[in-house]
Amino acid sequence: MKRAVKNIYMGLLLVFLYAPILVMIVLSFNSGKSRGNITGFSFRWYIELFQNEQILQALYNTIVIAVLAALLATAIGTLASVGIYALKRKPQALVLNITYLPIVNPEIVTGISLMILYLFMQLELGFFTMLLSHIAFNIPYVIFSVLPRLRQMDSNLYEAALDLGASPLYALRKVILPEIMPGVVTGALMAFTMSIDDFIISYFTSSGVQNLSIYVYSSAKRGIEPTVYALSTLMFVTVLTLLLILNRRSARERSAAKV
Amino acid sequence: MVEDFRLIELKDITKVFTDADAEKVALDHLNLYIRKREFVTLLGPSGCGKTTMLRLIAGFDTPTSGEILINGKDVSAIPPYQRQVNTVFQRYALFPHLNVADNIAFGLNIKKMDRAVIEKKVAAMLELVGLSGYQKRKVTSLSGGEQQRIAIARALVNEPEVLLLDEPLGALDLKKRKEMQIELKNMQQQLGITFIYVTHDQEEALTMSDTVVVMSGGRIQQIGKPQDVYNEPKNHFVADFIGESNIFPGVMIKDELVRLGNLEMDCVDKGFAPNEPIEIVIRPEDIYMVNPEHAQITGIVESVVFKGVHYEMMIRDTQDHLWMVQDTTFREAGASVGLIIRPEDIHIMKLMEA
Repeated sequence: MKRAVKNIYMGLLLVFLYAPILVMIVLSFNSGKSRGNITGFSFRWYIELFQNEQILQALYNTIVIAVLAALLATAIGTLASVGIYALKRKPQALVLNITYLPIVNPEIVTGISLMILYLFMQLELGFFTMLLSHIAFNIPYVIFSVLPRLRQMDSNLYEAALDLGASPLYALRKVILPEIMPGVVTGALMAFTMSIDDFIISYFTSSGVQNLSIYVYSSAKRGIEPTVYALSTLMFVTVLTLLLILNRRSARERSAAKV
Repeated sequence: MVEDFRLIELKDITKVFTDADAEKVALDHLNLYIRKREFVTLLGPSGCGKTTMLRLIAGFDTPTSGEILINGKDVSAIPPYQRQVNTVFQRYALFPHLNVADNIAFGLNIKKMDRAVIEKKVAAMLELVGLSGYQKRKVTSLSGGEQQRIAIARALVNEPEVLLLDEPLGALDLKKRKEMQIELKNMQQQLGITFIYVTHDQEEALTMSDTVVVMSGGRIQQIGKPQDVYNEPKNHFVADFIGESNIFPGVMIKDELVRLGNLEMDCVDKGFAPNEPIEIVIRPEDIYMVNPEHAQITGIVESVVFKGVHYEMMIRDTQDHLWMVQDTTFREAGASVGLIIRPEDIHIMKLMEA
């Protein structure tokens, strides 16, 4: 009985959470344009999607920015983690809190402040500023996935490498990096996902240049076409897949840490 | 075997650690030299500064003041990767992503040695540590003892002048530890390398070393051969830390005569001021149990513990001193016993400075 109540409660929660997305997915396969009645199954809107220049351009922007931002944020974040790890207790706590701040800060505040900064620096808002912003907000996610790996690492490994004649840089490349690689990859995937996912910061820091989420937003103002359902469905599936991969990785990490 | 040449010299070394607001003096104006081919053990309880000393020699830390000379040259500005010393770490610190051969070859690869030479050296090292054919194994699949051997091989393959060992046998069980003690000693003699060995295990120190350096509170308490440190401890700390001891306050009446309470005993120590207060050390295995009528000291057995080789008895004498006595004959608690101590088994120590 108790079990049944629990399951019903859980089921209701999932319905409320996912019913809107489910409706959207169903409608994206509807052959007609109407939101009211289902006229039949078709890939029509998916085909139209890939014939729409504007959407393809937005897709291109999204992917290029996500890849570049993930790569750069991972490089910067990984090096930063190594530095933070080497700090003494007090400055380390300070730096970590500063790092944590952008994650809890409302995105709209981050977005607007970045925009103001670019304007102040007289940078033209566009592709480049959007990329910069994505790198910036992704760095903390990389740090928080790399740092635990460093802490798990036997602290003598680095010293052992130096002891055997490795320069600090050689030790970083040959000993530390291979040890923290799982965390680095997780960080990169996380950054990629966050970048694809982002709307608010992108919206404020680019003018005229559209990524997929900005395209969806602006087309919604014009009246939503079913192609947007198809596009949103694809974005949802992509992000869902990435999240599943990330979750599996971190579950494996945890069970590996227990051994 | 040990040469007179001073390979390493520590001159007036002080190391202070500062974390946040607290300062901790780990080493306090310490002087020590280590000769070529010597097996030196730094022995002391945790926090005595022995590991800090090893880290200073390896170059992982720098002294707050003082000089470290290796081969007569000041090394304070030389980073660890340019020093001719190698370290075996307490928890092995093998590189988990490399196999056994690549772990051992790590140092040789940095020196850009020829592949064939490296392979030969790795094989020779594996033979030395008794793990021939282990090249392709994953280090994470090895037992603790095997990992320790690989760690030793990884250090020795670089042919260092000095090998530093930081409690290398701490994680092994008693039997493995005893085996490795003998093997390490053999390796050291065979290769003619200077070993600096850190441990808190006094038995290990006495078994393996040419010289034992007993440390406590960031200072050296005594330097000497194992026999000297055991038989003639310089102060209360050393006597107490190394082996079991009966330590009582006493007075040196004159040369070769000491008083314990109201009992006067012959001894072999001299060179103290008349009536100087001192401490008397007597090892529990140096006390003979006899019939009370023939004894120097009489007392009652308070407790008996069976220790395998012998019984360990706590005996309270008529002056209320509590003696620890080790003997193979059993006396039950409550029995009245007599004790005899030979003059040469009595050791006199100066009082420790406060």
